[in-house]
Formats: sequence, structure tokens, C-alpha cells
Amino acid sequence: MTTLVPADAPAPLTPSLLYLDGVTVSFDGFRALNELSLQIAPGEMRAIIGPNGAGKTTMMDVITGKTRPDTGEVLFDRGVDLTRLDEAAIANLGIGRKFQKPTVFESHTVEDNILLALKGDRRARAVLTARTSDQETRRLDEILEIAGLTAQRHRLAGLLSHGQKQWLEIGMLLAQDPKLLLVDEPVAGMTDAETEATAALLKRISAADHSVVVVEHDMAFVRALGVKVTCLHEGSVLAEGAIDTVSENPRVIEVYLGR
Amino acid sequence: MSRLIRLCIVLASLVAGLAITPQRAVAAPEDLAAGLALIAKDSFNDTIAGIDAIARSGAPHSAALVEALQDRRLLIDTANQKVFYRDAAGAVRDAQSNDVAADPPANLTAVRLNNRVRGAVNAAIGALSLMNPDPVRRIQAAQAVMKSRDPAALPVLEAAIAAEKIANVRMELQLAWAAVTFNKADASLDKRQEAVALLREAGTRDAVSILRSLPADAATPLREATSSAISSIEQRLALWGYAQNIWYGVSLGSVLLIAAIGLAITFGVMGVINMAHGEMVMLGAYTTFVVQEFFRTSAPGLFDYSLAVAIPLAFLVAGGIGVAIERGVIRHLYGRPLETLLATWGISLILQQAVRTTFGPTNREVGTPQFMSGAMEVGGLVITWNRLYIVIFAGLIFVGLLLALRYTPLGLHMRAVTQNRRMASSMGIRTGRVDALTFGLGSGIAGLAGVALSQIDNVSPNLGQSYIIDSFLVVVFGGVGNLWGTLVGALSIGMANKLLEPYAGAVLGKIVLLVAIIFFIQKRPRGLFALKGRAVEA
Amino acid sequence: MITRALLTDDRTGKWFLAIVLGLAVVVPLLHLAMPPSSPFHISTATMALLGKYLCFALLALSLDLVWGYCGILSLGHGAFFALGGYAMGMYLMRQIGTRGVYAHPVLPDFMVFLNWKELPWYWYGFENAWFAFLMVMAVPGLLAFVFGWFAFRSRVTGVYLSIITQALTYALMLAFFRNDMGFGGNNGLTDFKDILGFPVQANTTRAALFAVSALALVLGYLVARAIVASRLGKVLVSIRDAESRTRFLGYRVEHYKTFVFTVSAIMAGIAGALYVPQVGIINPSEFTPANSIEVVIWVAVGGRGTLAGAALGAVLVNFAKTTFTTGFLAPYWLFMLGALFVLVTIWLPKGILGTLYDFWARRRPNEEPDAKPASVPQPAE
Repeated sequence: MTTLVPADAPAPLTPSLLYLDGVTVSFDGFRALNELSLQIAPGEMRAIIGPNGAGKTTMMDVITGKTRPDTGEVLFDRGVDLTRLDEAAIANLGIGRKFQKPTVFESHTVEDNILLALKGDRRARAVLTARTSDQETRRLDEILEIAGLTAQRHRLAGLLSHGQKQWLEIGMLLAQDPKLLLVDEPVAGMTDAETEATAALLKRISAADHSVVVVEHDMAFVRALGVKVTCLHEGSVLAEGAIDTVSENPRVIEVYLGR
Repeated sequence: MSRLIRLCIVLASLVAGLAITPQRAVAAPEDLAAGLALIAKDSFNDTIAGIDAIARSGAPHSAALVEALQDRRLLIDTANQKVFYRDAAGAVRDAQSNDVAADPPANLTAVRLNNRVRGAVNAAIGALSLMNPDPVRRIQAAQAVMKSRDPAALPVLEAAIAAEKIANVRMELQLAWAAVTFNKADASLDKRQEAVALLREAGTRDAVSILRSLPADAATPLREATSSAISSIEQRLALWGYAQNIWYGVSLGSVLLIAAIGLAITFGVMGVINMAHGEMVMLGAYTTFVVQEFFRTSAPGLFDYSLAVAIPLAFLVAGGIGVAIERGVIRHLYGRPLETLLATWGISLILQQAVRTTFGPTNREVGTPQFMSGAMEVGGLVITWNRLYIVIFAGLIFVGLLLALRYTPLGLHMRAVTQNRRMASSMGIRTGRVDALTFGLGSGIAGLAGVALSQIDNVSPNLGQSYIIDSFLVVVFGGVGNLWGTLVGALSIGMANKLLEPYAGAVLGKIVLLVAIIFFIQKRPRGLFALKGRAVEA
Repeated sequence: MITRALLTDDRTGKWFLAIVLGLAVVVPLLHLAMPPSSPFHISTATMALLGKYLCFALLALSLDLVWGYCGILSLGHGAFFALGGYAMGMYLMRQIGTRGVYAHPVLPDFMVFLNWKELPWYWYGFENAWFAFLMVMAVPGLLAFVFGWFAFRSRVTGVYLSIITQALTYALMLAFFRNDMGFGGNNGLTDFKDILGFPVQANTTRAALFAVSALALVLGYLVARAIVASRLGKVLVSIRDAESRTRFLGYRVEHYKTFVFTVSAIMAGIAGALYVPQVGIINPSEFTPANSIEVVIWVAVGGRGTLAGAALGAVLVNFAKTTFTTGFLAPYWLFMLGALFVLVTIWLPKGILGTLYDFWARRRPNEEPDAKPASVPQPAE
């Protein structure tokens, strides 16, 4: 890939919140991401689709600092280089992530799960002496309400159903109050009604000036979101645009149907 | 440069050989007669001179004469000034002709001895053994002369060298000659230079200590030749010492390899650390002991073949117990590696105590077959046979495992489970069976390690404990799921251990190594040869 | 005040503290006040034994803090215990003064015996009680901090971490066995005379040491309780159950782990320091890896992640050990200990207290479980 900008030039002053350029990751010769480039604007919601092995999860791993890219730039929020930071630092910058498989703290109560996710000072010394403030309590109640878990607040998270765990994780994401939300298959295992509710919730979050990246297989859900769609294939962008444009793209059809 | 030195050595030794050869001292009967005449005078000084003459004479029975003198069996007919001796059988013989005296004179008196005479006798016996028909005695005599550096032995030594046919005996004799000549202040410079060249070629520690004994007032060229010889020898010795340490390292590495490789397999496939692995090794060693006891009592003649029975049996015993442990305990702890660690530790305590109550807490004697005892020398290297066999044994196990993993169905399944257990399971691989067999295989190899260790270490209930921590470190250092990692890990830890030892001592060397590994793990938390990819963290 | 706040929802803790405080008063009293003929008299040997159990209980508590709450299975906690013990032993050695066999005013006997001419620099200061007591905490704490900092930053976890903690204590054992390390080699440090000016062997001193051990256990419990009840304690459990999830929430896992590991090591060091004057000796065998693993089983038996359970387990297992290693059952003790490891991990994974909590919770299904036992061990990844 050739670029006219010299390598040591200052980060491009783009309006984007997240900026990926030429990101490549390989595992023992297999290229999970191949020169991937992507930009997310502040307040934008983006849906990412793509067949298995397209690199969706690896892309999230790169953004959140779990995986270091071999080459390429990953910039966030006016030029912070994410490739130099670890997971905790990236999370504190304001990037929240919901995993494909719901991961909550099973031996904590629902309330404590949210409490631990609430935005605040994460340094050990501060956490040791932290007391739950009134403001935090209010926020806690609010999030429990949104996630529909008020009745469950004292139950251990391990005892929740799969769908409830999904909601709890979304609630934890809300509690983090991040600038960018990365949401991996949020509606897997949800009923239709819950799926609709989730779509509505994500739209509301996005409208409140948060950027959201949703990875999802469920086309009905993606359609319900009604946002710009990026289709990944073999680690790079195959097509980008409105859902109807993308789903009519012959290459996308070929990739999905294997023709 | 070094070729030049070697050329010089060869030339010098040629010259030395030439120089000695012309002095071919033929047996001189007149020496014998003169010596006997001196002895007949029976004064201490004359006796001593007489002994020297007899020793120089080269007469076939001169040794018998000197020994007779030592035992007060050398007799003088004072009246006729004739000398006789009584041989070991009690017959009186004529000292000159060595014939049995038909009619020995009645008034024979034994030659008198004092300490000075005894000293002369000893020296003469030493010199005379240089001519002994038995080559082993000749070598011993040469070495004795080399130690004593007695100049009196020089003439006999030269005679012996001239007569010597066997090359290595001749070399010993020449070395003795060089040792004596080098120390003899009144020897000619040329001869002493030859001596230096010979010692330099010999290149042993003894040679160095002889060369070091040169007085400071020796002639400059000699001093220079000497110091250059010393440094050359020491360099060579240091190189050999280094090679020896590398060999020790390889040897320890191979021991660690067989002790650790079974552990690496179970850790790689099942993700569990088997704390009872050391006890499997111990059981292998005790199996060897039991098999040998059986051979000792019922077929002592076949003792050398006991290991051929012990090896498969140890594999089966340890492997069988391994399968039992997996089915009985570890299966219930799947997915809880830390608990598995604790449970297997408990099993290790039980097994240790079981062996202690059955066989007693003390070391049991495990014999080494004839073909595995002793050592061979390669240049300056001493390689004991049992260590060499263990290195070979470890190599065979390694290659065998490598092939088994690559070409057998179990190997294929094991590799599949190592890389992605859930995927393997959904492909129809019965992971439970693979686990049991893997654990059995790992334990069986530990049993084999026990057979090997029984040959070099004490067979006691604590045998396994002394290897287990090192084995863990090998696995952790080498990385999981790759036999080559274990090989590299075992050899590098073995090597580092032995190369550190000369500088830091055994214990401190080990501590340094442990700390180094602890730091290494920080750098590469998954070892040298780690699996990569998404499956690893799942 | 704070104590009351800590214990409001900790019924077991209240019982535990009441029992230990009761022991702290009753045992020394019965020992000193009752005549030896009385059936209520507690002999010197019994009190020393109980004191030893209390130190082990504190050690178990410290391990529970890292293993039960943060999932760090340290197989080297015996090393911190022994280091604390050595620091105390060095103080006690310096108190001997000229009463040693060689009557050297400065050098301990073993140094005179080794022909040493002067005190090694690292023995300086140990003649002062305050310095020695500081070192009791500083040495294990610093080692744990440095070790933990490196290990946790590199994300060494699970069995890898267990193995290198074991290597750590093994290396220390080898080091302390060496004569030229200056810690008495094989024989360690012994023949103590005075502590803080009181004769170590005197009954009153022993009684006081017992009481101090009990108080240390109480204090250790309160500190541990304060930590696990705080929000930091919740983060620790989160790390135990889903480490990478915790990272993605923005917590620097390595800081938390290092913190709790260091606190735990300091507690273990204090336990060791109290242990040494009561048993009268410290030697390198305290560093053997087997010792450290035994501590783990105490915690497992009592119930990890329950604090009080760890202390209970330490006392129970050691009581069994004392009972069975004397007399005709001695050869079978290792069978029993081994079986304990196997049976507890398979059938009693939550330990005694954890299982009791579960039982109570089932008996009162409508009530919320009090003192939420943080002992729902997640199958690790």
C-alpha cells in the first residue's frame, strides 16, 4: 500500500473518533487482518458484518489492545496511538467492549457487576477506599432500570439466564460511559422482543453522542439499526455503505453464499 | 601456528627417539661380575655400588638377586669371595651363573643391610621392573620413576626404552625419561629440551607439574621452552575441560529430557501439571530394582539382560498407574488445573509413602550391567558408559515420541486436542480417551526415565522429588505443545547448569539458573516455543 | 467503629474473632494461674503447640487472601513465612550477646565457628527490635512486590505462576542451606535467649507470645476482611473469575495483584516471625516446596475464599498432623495427608466453611445469603 504521507507525519486531523489504517495481524502465517482500514466518526453507529473468520473479533482485539498489530495505525480521539497502550489504558480512554460470549462476574451480584463497571478512578488506592456515592447509586438504579434487571439486583450474576447476562453486559457497558462502544453479537440468544429493545437502546446510546460499532450476524437486527454497514472478508473491507447497497453487492453475495 | 607447533613436537620426539636409540645398552656380564665382587666385600658403600652395577648389568636374574638381597637371601662365601643366593624354592644358586650350586659352601653369611642399602635396593627394584616381562608392571614402574624422578634410574630407563616394543609402554617410559632428564640439572641442554618437548606432547596435569618444578636459575632457552609448553598444555587442558563440561551438560540435559518429556506431553494435551510425575519416575526405578532382584535370585547368569525386561515393565507399571490416576482422579477435575495440581500432589505423597512402607526408606541397590560400567577416554574426555547409554536412550525416546505423535492415530488425536480441545471434541475425537492414554503415555515415559535414573542415582522413595522441579522448569522454559521445545529446554538447562558449576559452584549455579528462569518466564510467559493464535487464550 | 462496620454482615467473622480473642485471654491465664496439678492447667507444651497453630492460621489466612479471592495459587508462601522467621531469628541471635558458646560479643556462634571476623552488612541493625520488626514485614513484602511486579506485569498466570513461585522458594531454600550465606546454613538460627529483654523460655514470655499471636491473627483477619469487603476486594474476585474482562473495564490487573500479593506476603512474614520464638528455631527446611504446598491444603480444607475457613483448616490439619505423627499411626500420616489432597479437591472443593455456607443458603432460600461467600470458584479458563 502506498501512501503520500510520510510515515512520521503527525496524525491526520480527521474528524473520525476511531481511525484504522493498513492494519495487519498474522498468526503463524495466517493473516487474520489484512491491510484493514476503517474510520468511525464521533456519534456514528456502524454495523460490521462478514462471514466467520473475516476478522471481526480480531479487529476488536486490536482496538482494545488485546492483540498488537504487526503493521498499521490505530488512532483514537484526536491521535492517541492505541497500539502502544494496554487493555486497561484503552478502556480508561473511553472504549468499552461487550464480548461475543457474555462475560460477567458470576460470583458478584448484578448490582456489584454494574458498580465495578461505573466510570470512575480505577487506581488501586482509590478503589480500596471507595465508598458508593449518591451519584453512583442514582446512576446504578438508572442502569438497572434500562437493563431491566432491577428485580434481580441482589442475585448472583452466575444465576442469570443467557439473555439476562447479555443485558447485564450491555448495562456494564453503559456504566462505563465510553466514547466508543464495541458490541460483539449483542442479540445472540435473545427473543425477538428483546432484540428490538436492544436495537432501540443502541440507537438511543448513539444518539447521545456515543460512537457504536456493532458486530452482528442477525441481518434483521442490522436492518433494524438502519446504519452504515461494513462487510469484512479475509481481513479487509469488502464493501461499505447502506445495508441495501451492501447486501446487493455481488461480491458480498458471493462471499456469503460461496459462489 | 598450531600446525607449526605440532610439527616441532613431532620433530623433537623423532630427535629424542634417535638420541635414545644409539645408546642401546647391551647386557654387560662384566658389570654383573664387578657388582658381585663389590658385594662380596660386604661393606655398605660397596654393597650400594654393587647393587647399581647388578641393576645396570641387564642380567636376566638381576631382579632375583636384588630381591634376594632385600630379603637377606643373598649370601657370601667370605672365604672365596663368592656370592650365592637362595631362590624362592630354597635352592642355593650361584649368583654369577644362576646355576643351582651342587655343593654350596657351608659357611654362607647373608649380606648385611642398613637403611641406605635398602633405599638403593628399592630404587634398583623399581628400575629393574622397567624390564619386567609383564607390560602392566613396566608401565607401573615407569610411572613410579616419573613420580620419584630418580636420576639413578636413567640408564636402565634408556635401556628399557631401547628394548621396548609396545608403543604405549614405550610412551610411558619416554615420559618417565623426560621427567627425570628434565629435572636433572647436569643433563645436557639438548636432552632437557627433548624432555620438554615430550612432556608438552603428553599434555597431562602431571606433565604440567613436572614442568613447573624447573628452578628459576635454569638456562633461558630451557625456561622459555618450558613456559611455552606449560601454557600450551594448559590451553589444551582447558579446552578438554570445557568439552568435558559440555558432555556433562549433555548428559544432565538428556536426564532432564526423559524426566520432563512425559510431563510436557500431559501438560501440553491436558493443560494439567502432574505433581506425581516424579513418583512415576521413582516407580520405574523400583520396577528395575524388583526385576533385578528376580534375576539375582533365579537367573544370575542373565543379569546383564535384566534391563531389557525392566524397560517395558517399567513403562507398563508407571503407565498403568498413570491411566488409573487419570480415570480415578484427574477426570473429575477437568478444567480446574490448579486443583489438579493439588490432587496429584496428594497422589505423589501417597505413592511415596507406599513405596517407603514396602521397600523401606533407605536406598536400594540397583546394579549396572557389565556393558554399561566403566568409562572410555576420548582424548582428554572421560565418558562413562552408563551416561552415554542414557544419552542414547533419551535420544531414542525423543525420536520415538516424535514419530508416534506424527504417524499414529493417537498422536494425531493428541495434537488435535493440544491445539483446540473443543474443536477436536466436536470432530468426534473422544477427548476423554485421549486424555487417559496421554496421561498413561506420559507416565509410562516417566517410568522409562526411572529405569535410566536407577543407573546413575540412588533409588529411594525421594528419587522423583529431586527431579521434579527441574522437570517443571524444563517444561515451562521450553513451552507447551512442542517436543522440540522440551528438547531445547532440557539441553539448555542441563548445559547452563554444568557450565555455571565451575564458576559458581553447584548450589549457587543452580540458584542463578532458577532466578534466570524466573526472569525468562517474565519475558516469555509461555516459554520458548509457544503456540500462537486465538485458540490459546480461549 | 470500623470493626463493627466491617463485621455487620459477617456472622462467621464475629464468631471467629470472639473465639480467637477468647483464646488470647483464656489460654495464657490457665497456663499461668492454674497450678500444674489442676485439670484446667494448660502445659507449656500445649500452649506452644496452640501458639504454633495460630501462626499457621495467620499464614493460611494470608494465602487465602491471594488464592481464594484473587486466584493466585502461590506455591511459595512458605518462603515469605520463613523470611519473616529469619528476620526475627536474626534479632534473637543478636540478643544472645556473650552468652553464646564462644561468648563473642557481636558474632553469633555459627559465624565464630566459620571463622568469620566481622558481621556481614545485612546483619547490621538487627540488634534493634524496631528494625528487626520492620524487616519482618519489609523483607517478605519487598520480595513479593518485586516478584509480583515482574510476574503479574508479564501476565504469568495459572499453573505457570504456581511453578515459578515454587521455583522461588526452592531457590531460597538452596541459598539458605549454604553456610556462606551467613544465615547459619543447615542448622539455621537457634539457642535464643531473650526477646525484648524477657527470657524466651520463661512461662510469662511464652504466654505473652501466645497472646500476641492470637492478636496478630485477629488483626490479620480484620485487615483481610477490610480488603475483601472493599470495592478493591470485589475487583480481586473479578480478576479471579474473569481476568481479561476486568482489564477491559479499565482495571490494571497487575497493580491489584501486586498489591494483594504484597499484603499477603507481609502477613505471612509476621506469622513466621511469631512462630520462631515459640518453636525456638528457624532453619532452611521451612523453605521446602512441600511445606508451601501443605499450606494450600489447609486453606482448601477450611474453604478458600472464606478467610475464617482458612484459619480453621490450618488448625484442623495441623491438629491431625500432631495427633497422627506421634504413635503407631505415624507411618500412615502421609497416606492421610495425600488422601486429604485428593478427596478435598474432588468432593469438597469449597472446603468445610464454603460447604456450610451453601448448606445454610439452601436452608433459607428466601433470604439473601449473608456475608456472600466469595467462594464460587469458577472453572478457570
